[in-house]
Amino acid sequence: MTESEPETTPVLALEGVSKSFGAVRALRGVSLRLYAGEAHALAGENGAGKSTLIKTLAGVHRPDTGQVLLDGEPVQFNGPADARDAGVAVIYQEPTLFPDLSIAENIFMGRQPRRSMGRVDHRSVRGAADALFARLGVALDADQPARGLSIADQQLVEIAKALSFDARVLIMDEPTAALTGSEVARLFGVVRALREQGTAVLFISHRLEEIFDLCERVTTLRDGGWVSSEPVAGLTEDDLVRRMVGRDLAELYPKQDTELGEVALDVRRLTREGVFTDVSFQVRRGEIVSLAGLVGAGRSEVARAVFGVDRFDGGEVEVLGRRLKPGAPSLAMHAGLALVPEDRRAQGLVMDMSIERNIGLTGFAETTRAGLMNRGAERSRSLDWAVRLQVKYSRIADVVGTLSGGNQQKVVLAKWLATNPQVLIVDEPTRGIDVGTKAEVHRLLSSLAAEGVAVLMISSDLPEVLGMADRILVMHEGRLTAELTRGEATEETVMAAATGRVNREGKAA
Amino acid sequence: MTLTAPPVAEDAPAEGAARRRFIDKVFKARELAVAAVLVLMLLATQLSNTEFLSRQGITDLLLNATILVLVATGQAVVVITRNVDLSVGSVLGISAFAAGNYLQGGGSSLVAVVLAVGLGALFGALNGALVSLGKVPALVVTLGTLYIVRGIDSIWVGSRQITADSLPDGFVDFGHNGIWVVPYLALLAGAVLFCVGYYLRSYRSGREMYALGSSPEAAQLAGIPVRGRIMTAYVLCGALAGLAGALYLARFGNVDSATGSGYELTVVSAVVVGGVAFTGGSGTVYGAALGALLLTSINSVLPAIGVSSVWVTAINGILLLLAIAVDRILALRVAAVLRKQAARMRSARHA
Repeated sequence: MTESEPETTPVLALEGVSKSFGAVRALRGVSLRLYAGEAHALAGENGAGKSTLIKTLAGVHRPDTGQVLLDGEPVQFNGPADARDAGVAVIYQEPTLFPDLSIAENIFMGRQPRRSMGRVDHRSVRGAADALFARLGVALDADQPARGLSIADQQLVEIAKALSFDARVLIMDEPTAALTGSEVARLFGVVRALREQGTAVLFISHRLEEIFDLCERVTTLRDGGWVSSEPVAGLTEDDLVRRMVGRDLAELYPKQDTELGEVALDVRRLTREGVFTDVSFQVRRGEIVSLAGLVGAGRSEVARAVFGVDRFDGGEVEVLGRRLKPGAPSLAMHAGLALVPEDRRAQGLVMDMSIERNIGLTGFAETTRAGLMNRGAERSRSLDWAVRLQVKYSRIADVVGTLSGGNQQKVVLAKWLATNPQVLIVDEPTRGIDVGTKAEVHRLLSSLAAEGVAVLMISSDLPEVLGMADRILVMHEGRLTAELTRGEATEETVMAAATGRVNREGKAA
Repeated sequence: MTLTAPPVAEDAPAEGAARRRFIDKVFKARELAVAAVLVLMLLATQLSNTEFLSRQGITDLLLNATILVLVATGQAVVVITRNVDLSVGSVLGISAFAAGNYLQGGGSSLVAVVLAVGLGALFGALNGALVSLGKVPALVVTLGTLYIVRGIDSIWVGSRQITADSLPDGFVDFGHNGIWVVPYLALLAGAVLFCVGYYLRSYRSGREMYALGSSPEAAQLAGIPVRGRIMTAYVLCGALAGLAGALYLARFGNVDSATGSGYELTVVSAVVVGGVAFTGGSGTVYGAALGALLLTSINSVLPAIGVSSVWVTAINGILLLLAIAVDRILALRVAAVLRKQAARMRSARHA
């Protein structure tokens, strides 16, 4: 494999880098070479060490052994500022902006153009930001505060930041996890342009097709160790998955055929002013219905309103024939509804609490007697579900925040499945989790449906929507624009409806 | 579709700009609102008691506010970095005594002020070191130093007291005289306020304080020297508390071991009433100064309109809650506007 590498010196490289955190060996002798004008993918399951590797390149972590090489010369980054000065720009998974400051200030923080006596030249800061956005071809107002920007726009701000100091190396940690198709296309356009100008790109994504789409070379990590570095050309997705998990993967979308039962969830003319309008649909027992659409189309908002987290202005929700009182999640839970929220860190879990306690949160009614907690009952209930979902942990009392993303997602699922729901709403169930866990989650959803649970799945991952759903509802700007059966649905038909090019009857508008 | 697309795309930024102006106004209005309440209150009082805004009345208002304005300025800087300094009352007390003790021994006024500022900066550095290196919540750390400094003060001062007649005349006069209606002390506080405000707005390190208050994690990743900036904020806050101690001595001439007790809560109220968000990253020192002016003015307003001054603390409390409520409502409004704007931009882009 080495013979296929360019003759030139890599712009930035790691040679035999190891890094441990306490007893955990996050990286073991990993090497990586980034060349100018080349997009390099970093593949691996959650917990394989990708984030640690990035943070080593970014100067956040210092390697225990091994070297970071800049233009072939060993360097030591003592902090993110050093890496930045060396021309390394990092776009983290969760954009790191200052919400209270303007977009322009966000881009130039710490590097603002100055006028006499070291004062910040606010006018040229704004001018330079406008120029960057013009170059990127996006209409963002540089004076606007970063608060309230969509994730896609936040990422554009990060890219503008990278452009602003003529980064020689651009590192992107799962930039596409929260983006829609068109936003991904725009991002890739920008990245390709940068690459052609000679920027070295390191790209991480759980969406394999993106790796094949954008990158020339891929390095795979498994359990902190280096597995391979090779050109993407000639590889298949299966090859890559095999390198990542070290085994063949059972089918990624194990959809079982199920008997459809009675209507379990009936939503009629649900409206919330300015958020979604006139949303009606049904989900039957044994059915997986997917709610597709662009981010911001109002899908999660519908789910939240159905579950009673948010109020709605009109319409009604029935679960198993019983009408739900709006704005009352505890009654919804009682009626057999469960909602696995979109953001597991902020909404799904209490990050500082143990696995046991997190799962126990939904079960106080069962595990409490005369107002007192029965810790033993809570423990066995949690253990039962953690084992059933194959959560990987060393002790059930481990703090949830220390688990990998995929395992955290399993804990959220366990927490809600423990309530024995008849209708399960899952919002982006596999966002940011690795292929192996993803397949497990899919298998779980499929077997739940087979047991007669009605599943409503919100997802921005089109292959997942197409692979798992019996029926697909597509939303566009707060309205349902299409209802497609498994047979009718293709990437094209779903995207057409999601972007509003088709009305509900399926005719072109 | 393609025919309608261009106008939509052109409209979006204009719409965005209009929304942005609204948001700007809302934030600026935060300081304007405090100023408006202050002016209304003073005018109303003047109407019911024409003696209120006499020359002496205005001078008194400014004198009363001076010390709180200084300490609130320092506190605002700390709060902007998403920390808090509860030890300012104790630091003010001990610096005032240190300056007085030195002056009683026949020292020069200028050195006494420098001494107070230096002592304050020293305690500020201690706070800064504990907060930034120890990574302990500022609330707890500075509550600790509040008691420690007050303890040192009590042991050192004992039952001694500094009185105005033991201080040099020049120093005491400086505390009472001024140019026309404006006391020297207020001029000094105003100059300090302006310098700190200008620093926060126009220097990289000042902007970095806003940045790290807005998002500490992002600040770390952006390579901002977080510890250094927190340290600077605390040293500045301590130094201003020390300066306020020296001015306290000049104004009142009377310092004992209880000077400045409980002052930290007044200072924090002033800062919050003035629109500096406790969550960091927003607000200005000018707002904090207006908040300080508002709170101290109430002390003068109530007797002038014949209300017992026992109401002062209750009214301060109400103002504080009102300020927080207004902040919350504004935050929700702004969030709603931004959301609509984002949705509009998005639909324009997809059209």
